[in-house]
Amino acid sequence: MAINRQFRTCPDTGFKIHLPADKLIKWNAVTAVVFLLIGGIFGLAVALTRWPEVHLLDADLFYLALTAHGLDVLLVWIIFFEVAILYFASSVLLQCRLATPWLGWVAYILMLVGALITNVAVLRGDSSVMFTSYVPMKAAPDFYLGIILFAVGALLACFIFLGTLVIAKNEKTYEGSIPLVTFGALTAAIIAIFTIAAGAIILIPTLLWSVGYVGSIDTVMYKVVWWAMGHSSQQINVAAHISVWYALAAILFGAKPLSEKVSRTAFLLYILFLQIASAHHLLVEPGLSSEYKIFNTSYALYLAVLGSMIHGLTVPGAVEHAQRKKGLNKGMFEWLRKAPWGNPAFSGFALSVVMFGFLGGISGVMMGAEQLNIIIHNTLYVPGHFHGTVVVGTTLAFMALAYWLVPVLWQRELFLPGLAKWQPYLFGIGMGLASLFMMGAGTLGVPRRHWDISFADATLSHEFPAAAYLMMGMNGVAALIGGIGGAIFVLNMVGTLLLGKKKQPAPAKAEEETVAQGPIAVSGSAGAVSVPGTFTLALIFLVTFILYYFVNWNYLAGVWGLS
Amino acid sequence: MAEEEIKTGGGDAGEPIPFMQQVLDNPFLLLFLGITVPTVTYIIWGVMEVASIPVAQ
Repeated sequence: MAINRQFRTCPDTGFKIHLPADKLIKWNAVTAVVFLLIGGIFGLAVALTRWPEVHLLDADLFYLALTAHGLDVLLVWIIFFEVAILYFASSVLLQCRLATPWLGWVAYILMLVGALITNVAVLRGDSSVMFTSYVPMKAAPDFYLGIILFAVGALLACFIFLGTLVIAKNEKTYEGSIPLVTFGALTAAIIAIFTIAAGAIILIPTLLWSVGYVGSIDTVMYKVVWWAMGHSSQQINVAAHISVWYALAAILFGAKPLSEKVSRTAFLLYILFLQIASAHHLLVEPGLSSEYKIFNTSYALYLAVLGSMIHGLTVPGAVEHAQRKKGLNKGMFEWLRKAPWGNPAFSGFALSVVMFGFLGGISGVMMGAEQLNIIIHNTLYVPGHFHGTVVVGTTLAFMALAYWLVPVLWQRELFLPGLAKWQPYLFGIGMGLASLFMMGAGTLGVPRRHWDISFADATLSHEFPAAAYLMMGMNGVAALIGGIGGAIFVLNMVGTLLLGKKKQPAPAKAEEETVAQGPIAVSGSAGAVSVPGTFTLALIFLVTFILYYFVNWNYLAGVWGLS
Repeated sequence: MAEEEIKTGGGDAGEPIPFMQQVLDNPFLLLFLGITVPTVTYIIWGVMEVASIPVAQ
């Protein structure tokens, strides 16, 4: 049958890969890396401008760069890579054909054309409205049109993913439930569909307003609906990168989840409650009730936070269990000490788990409390938080996966394996520090988007404490370190594709040794296990969480004296 | 103790599938829930609150 000729068997992993899916995964992943490079350059320009001693760009160019940075990394890099993950988690992991590959190319072209149109609109200089594009700031119509085309493409990719699940079920390419990694990707796809629908609801009228067919857009209404897209798009990332964590644990260690049921329930909590975190952007809006704000950002969201804490426990727990099974049983942490820290796929994964929890996770819960939010609302703390989630959480996890996936898909050796060992540390620690310094500066009141915190040309001046200037300078240095790490990643990926040595055909492996037969591709739990190291780490996390929460309440109490 | 490897999702023929497993194994039910819950609690509730703000005279 013709369809059977469209598969190849991966010599490294044993996966039966559908060739049209293979091509689509490659093109989406490569395009993602190109936009990471473009967005990263703009990000570095933003950080160097906010470094008071450097102050690289003038005001107009700064807002242009900030807009391009937000769009290219928060949306374009991430979503292209996520589409690659959706195709991988469905067609490759379930070892079935991809549904409607031709539609996959339509989706890819729509996303690419949309991203280019919006980038051109921004680079022209008449659409520096930043990622949020709050009305009544008006961008050129093609700015909105590009985002809408991009979103339609991404929506098609989600439907292709769902179609592939149906094919796999009908053709019985798996037994029982879909694998946990595919279930996590399904969670990401569901959040993506909600996100894109919300984007259509608000961006189509905004496009018509920009053209002149609609008289005005209510600013608060815009913010409510826009954030259902703007923040939920980052929740797609969370679901996707946690799937990547489970995938890497399975690939690198053969690790099974401690309990599939618990991990799946944690993903279900995401499906139900993660998107509503969008409301934390509205916590100071006077037109919305406290009931609405507190229900969405606290009561219900905490159920999604519970989901994250479950993943934060079960992913390292699964690794510890797998390591102990291999005999690394001495003391509490031999399993961790003897982990492959020189393998960038592992070090990126490990740093992503730790920094996502400590930087992005804790700060996100703090910001979600209505009372505490007032301390940091619209300050640089907010970008500090999301650099802790999207950059050192999602981007680092995706980089770690790329170190495994790119050599496997292209059958090439890594271009610069020596540099690759250092890259996750440079990028992770650099961007982790940038996240910390931004949060520090934000706590001192530095606004999130202002070109010049010295307010040199303002009629009414404001002097921030000297520590705020120090934080901004340190943020610039940290961003430079992270930027070098990001550049090494791009160089390594592009170099691997263009100049990497072709892999020698490996000797045939017994079926049970292949990744394709391992826990990444089947459902199943590790069963009764003992993971004392992970529980100790989890307790350290909880104590940090409680202390940080207490410190912020104490700080809030000091803002307004009661006597 | 030899650690037990547990497979989920299989189940013996004729054994009733637990409710939660039925929910978790149905992508379209999950899609429905994942769209409906945030649409009601975040978008519809929020839009109704904004729409009920009195217009300045």
